[in-house]
Amino acid sequence: MLLSPALEISAVLFTLGVAGVLLRRNTIVIFMCVELMLNAVNLTFVALAQPLGIGGQVFVFFVMAVAAAEAAVGLAIILAVYRHKQSVSLQNMNLLKD
Amino acid sequence: MTGTAVDLIWLAPALALLGFVLNGTLALARPATKTAVSIIGVGVLLGAFAIGIAVFRSFVALHTDAPVVFQYWSWIPVGSLQVNVGFQVDQLSTVMLLVVTGVGSLIHMFSVGYMQEDPGYARYFAYLNLFVFFMLLLVLGSSFPVMFVGWEGVGLCSYLLIGFWFSDKVNADAGRKAFIMNRIGDFGFMVAMFMIFWSTGSLDFGTVFSHAPTAFVAGGGAITAITLFLFLGCTGKSAQIPLYTWLPDAMAGPTPVSALIHAATMVTAGVYLVARCNLLFAMAPVSGAVVAGVGALTALFAATIALKQWDIKRVLAYSTISQLGYMFVAVGTGGAAISAGIFHLATHAFFKALLFLGSGSVIFAMHRAYHASHSHEDAQDMRNMGGLARHMPWTTTLMWIATLAIAGVPPLSGFFSKDEILTAVFARGTPQPAWLVFGGLGLVTALLTAFYMTRLMLYTFHGPNRTGEEECRHLFEAPWIMTAPLLVLGLLSFAGGLLNVPELYHGNAWLQHWLEPISRSSVALLPETHLATSTEWMLVGIAVAVAAIGIVGAWRLLNLETIVPARSAPAERGFARVLRNKWYVDEIYDALIVRPIVWLSREVLWKRIDQQVIDGALVNGAARGTRAVGWANRWLQTGQVGVYVAVFLVGVLLLLWRAMS
Repeated sequence: MLLSPALEISAVLFTLGVAGVLLRRNTIVIFMCVELMLNAVNLTFVALAQPLGIGGQVFVFFVMAVAAAEAAVGLAIILAVYRHKQSVSLQNMNLLKD
Repeated sequence: MTGTAVDLIWLAPALALLGFVLNGTLALARPATKTAVSIIGVGVLLGAFAIGIAVFRSFVALHTDAPVVFQYWSWIPVGSLQVNVGFQVDQLSTVMLLVVTGVGSLIHMFSVGYMQEDPGYARYFAYLNLFVFFMLLLVLGSSFPVMFVGWEGVGLCSYLLIGFWFSDKVNADAGRKAFIMNRIGDFGFMVAMFMIFWSTGSLDFGTVFSHAPTAFVAGGGAITAITLFLFLGCTGKSAQIPLYTWLPDAMAGPTPVSALIHAATMVTAGVYLVARCNLLFAMAPVSGAVVAGVGALTALFAATIALKQWDIKRVLAYSTISQLGYMFVAVGTGGAAISAGIFHLATHAFFKALLFLGSGSVIFAMHRAYHASHSHEDAQDMRNMGGLARHMPWTTTLMWIATLAIAGVPPLSGFFSKDEILTAVFARGTPQPAWLVFGGLGLVTALLTAFYMTRLMLYTFHGPNRTGEEECRHLFEAPWIMTAPLLVLGLLSFAGGLLNVPELYHGNAWLQHWLEPISRSSVALLPETHLATSTEWMLVGIAVAVAAIGIVGAWRLLNLETIVPARSAPAERGFARVLRNKWYVDEIYDALIVRPIVWLSREVLWKRIDQQVIDGALVNGAARGTRAVGWANRWLQTGQVGVYVAVFLVGVLLLLWRAMS
């Protein structure tokens, strides 16, 4: 039925997310792109739950819970970094190099 | 189990071990203890001696030719190799048991006086007891491995006691030298053990000797190699050419140690080993000849060195090497001559222990005299002595007895034992002329022995006194605890010949008959030897004449008036200098063996292999390699999260592509 369009949309959404993570510099935008990728996966789970059984839908709740927790922690980190550097641009975050 | 006192044999070594444990504990916990240590140290030895006598009496009463073997527990059960910890009581081991514990007791008693002032008193007695334990293990063990444990153990104790005053580098070096030289010999012993096991499938004396006639071809390569390797062990432990050089240096230890370990007991272990394996040596005629030949050469060689030594203990050390050579001539001859070797071992234990203890009493007196006058002269140099007979009459008399005994003056003990050896050797010379040469060397040695021993006595006890006026007033006889053992040993040196008065003098040759079961199997393998009675008398005549010439010669040739104290003595010249410097053997060994090994270790093994290969290439090389790889891969680490994500993505896509295609 709607399986094929649903998978196509989720593929598009996921690619958009990946492209966003790769191309944007603003940490908050990258963060939203990650959320986008998670939700694309959620859509895949839900779509595939139709032919394959209820397990996919159960997994979606897990992903949502983890995504919520991640959003809380991630935003807190970004805030802390912003207080420290007055910026949320990824280019200024390269301490690992040194 | 025999149900007699023979069963108690385990108590003898156990007592010595107990003494070691108690004295060792005291040495650690209360090093200043003296009385308790003396009682324990001497007490366990007297106990062991009493047990030795009891065992001996019961064993005689058993009237058995076969050895009584006790297997206590299984020690090394590995496949077909089954080694038990066991003791063997037979004619040979009982004789050794009595010599070790008897002479050992006397020397322990002497030590009580000699070491009284030493701060390491308890440690000393702990080591001495441990030595006796290992020595008893060596002579009582019923198999090669048990004997080997004793063999190594006495070596350890010898090392510990030579280096007893280890704060002086010389003493510590002497201990190390003894240990290393002995290791070379022990290697031979071990190889021989492996080969014996390979050939006979056992290491028990009983099994090996009963299988030997079938397992080996008489005179074949295997048996010759085994016996030669065994003899290599003997040359180490019993100080024969080429491994004898440790023994003179071993004199760095306390004098009673020299008497017990480096004269009376440990160094005779090699003689005991050859006597124990006489069947194997009889099956390998070449090895027998090598043993006798090396013994004869060593006897002569060491005797020449003894002629020109000034240190009283060194003269005795070389004399010991020389007399051990004599014993090896006897046991190398094999057959009935084994008993002559063991006989000489016993009498030598008596008179050489007496000589060493006597010299100990002299050194003790000299030390006290120098201590009183705050002088720092060498208390062991004979040039500093002279005329001590006036101050130490007992020691002088007793040492003269020992000197006459070792020189072979009838009817003292050494005369009988030495004559026994010479007779056996010359008898063997009839079928095999090589033995005539060995006998000839023995006679020359006897001459030199008489000479250097008389020289030692004259320089030490007679002539003008060279200690100095002040010291003279402080020279006294040692306390009774030291002279009493000397008296007993003097008696034994005098009358020890009674053990084995040959049939030539209508004696009963007790020891010879007693040891017959030991050598019975090898007698059949050796050529028939017999000397005419007239020849025997002639030999006796020659031997006595040689001893007399040596003693009188020393008396006439040495001018006691011209000796000057060591500090102002001129250096020897010409041949005397070669002898004084021990034929430069130490220097030759140093140049040929020690220096090349040190060079190899320092220049190649240390500077090349260790520093450059291991440290340089392997250890630091690994670190350098890691750093280079890290440096090369630095550019991957940009610190930009975007780059990491991109790489990650490429990786995932690659994996996906791999999984799909």
